[in-house]
Amino acid sequence: MKLKKNIATSGEGFIFNPGTGDSFSTNEIGAEIITLLKEEKSVAEITQLISGKYDVDASQFENDLDDFAAQLKDYSILE
Amino acid sequence: MEKLRYERPIIKKMNTGLMNKFGTRTEYEPVTHIESVPVKSLIKEYGSPLFVLSEKQIRRNYQNATRIFKTRYPKVQFAWSYKTNYMNAVCQVFHQEGSWAEVVSGFEYEKALGNGVPGNKIIFNGPDKTDEQLVAAARNNSLIHIDHYDELYSLIKLSEEHNLRPRVAIRINMDTGIYPKWDRFGFNFENGQAWNAITRIINSTNLDLVGLHCHIGTFMLAPSAYGIAAKNLCELTWSIKEKYNKVLEYIDLGGGFPSENTLKGAYLPGSDTVPSIDQFADAITDVILGYGFKQEDLPLLILETGRALIDDAGFLLGSVLATKRLSDGRRATVLDFGVNSLFTAFWYDHKVSPAQAFGNHTEEMVLYGPLCMNIDIVRESITMPLLEKGNHLVVHKVGAYNMTQWMQFITLRPNIVMIDTDNKTHVIRKAETLEYLELNEQVPEHLKQNPLK
Repeated sequence: MKLKKNIATSGEGFIFNPGTGDSFSTNEIGAEIITLLKEEKSVAEITQLISGKYDVDASQFENDLDDFAAQLKDYSILE
Repeated sequence: MEKLRYERPIIKKMNTGLMNKFGTRTEYEPVTHIESVPVKSLIKEYGSPLFVLSEKQIRRNYQNATRIFKTRYPKVQFAWSYKTNYMNAVCQVFHQEGSWAEVVSGFEYEKALGNGVPGNKIIFNGPDKTDEQLVAAARNNSLIHIDHYDELYSLIKLSEEHNLRPRVAIRINMDTGIYPKWDRFGFNFENGQAWNAITRIINSTNLDLVGLHCHIGTFMLAPSAYGIAAKNLCELTWSIKEKYNKVLEYIDLGGGFPSENTLKGAYLPGSDTVPSIDQFADAITDVILGYGFKQEDLPLLILETGRALIDDAGFLLGSVLATKRLSDGRRATVLDFGVNSLFTAFWYDHKVSPAQAFGNHTEEMVLYGPLCMNIDIVRESITMPLLEKGNHLVVHKVGAYNMTQWMQFITLRPNIVMIDTDNKTHVIRKAETLEYLELNEQVPEHLKQNPLK
């Protein structure tokens, strides 16, 4: 899972795709995942970090991350 | 270290353009208690899904409606519409408050008798009354509201055969400017059918015409239509007095007052558009009081209000089974209740609230029921917080028709609990079991062998 290089993020959940001109907003966890993706963390690392910090079990988060990734792909934010 | 509260990640595309003033309302204000009983403990004790009724709210509604009418008109009687909710506990709350019973079948009639309602306080409406039921109702001195000529002639014949003098009224249909016109029940006012039926009854020695009845429609949003109905019934009452020197005991305006639910397709929520009971009361009582009856001839005003007295006293609690994404990207949330229990989801965009606190992020979603059927949709589009499996929800204003029109289909029907005026909970109908459901099934002997065993 890799962010497109030209995607601009604010770290607080604002995302801009200069390729399409679209803007997006995410919630807190969404913003955190985007930051981790920017740091080129793997899915396993992201899962470990988030489930360590938030009250969610790893399998539930994996499920949610899959769904989030599908949305990012739909919006042409992932490569 | 304590972990932070989790919320599933979402991303929303930001759209530019004008705001839509009819934009969807976001339902994220949690409803954690019904009266003062926590939703969580109700579900823990009685399971999910679960219907919950508030006795306090039923009594409040009844007392409010009677106060509204009785402060405008001296003789008012409510009759509880059994078909709206005939759980015995519910009926008894209404009867304790002074309501008579209004029934539309032999089964409901027996239920009313079983609840201890005296025969002369049962109104027997509807097109389906067998000869046996008519005779029993006549013997019990019930008010039989005749629906059609076949019933009228049957009743005349039965009264002669059994030497009875039943107290009757006729149901009258009319044009009150409402579409669709309900002309399938009763005798028509405009074409003279109603007057002919009245004449026929008065000329029969065995029937005692004591009232007139109409029921102009359901979920009526125009109080003025009741004014027209009241005027027509007054006109007939007046003519009967003039021509036959007979003073009728009552006029019955039926039911049809709406609740504050939002009808499908409506732009604005029901709470903003539905007229208050005061407006209906004004429309009806202004006409009767202004018609010119002598004080002693003023008819008793009977009302068969159902929905408006019970809808907001009923809640359906349920849980999220799963969340998924549809092919077009929309969020879909699958609930453990569907149109089988929440029959009124076919008519209304029910208000649905989460039963626990969430962050302020929301998403638009479809709420599906658990049935493996495409029709099982609770809300086609609703903006709600980021629901997850196991979260609880509260559906509002479900007290009318769901507990009578629900379907035993695919799943079993759940418990119904009533919260009494001291906030104690009582199961008033137990959840169904396979054993209960198969009680009346019979398998022929030759089909009892199963080769797959």
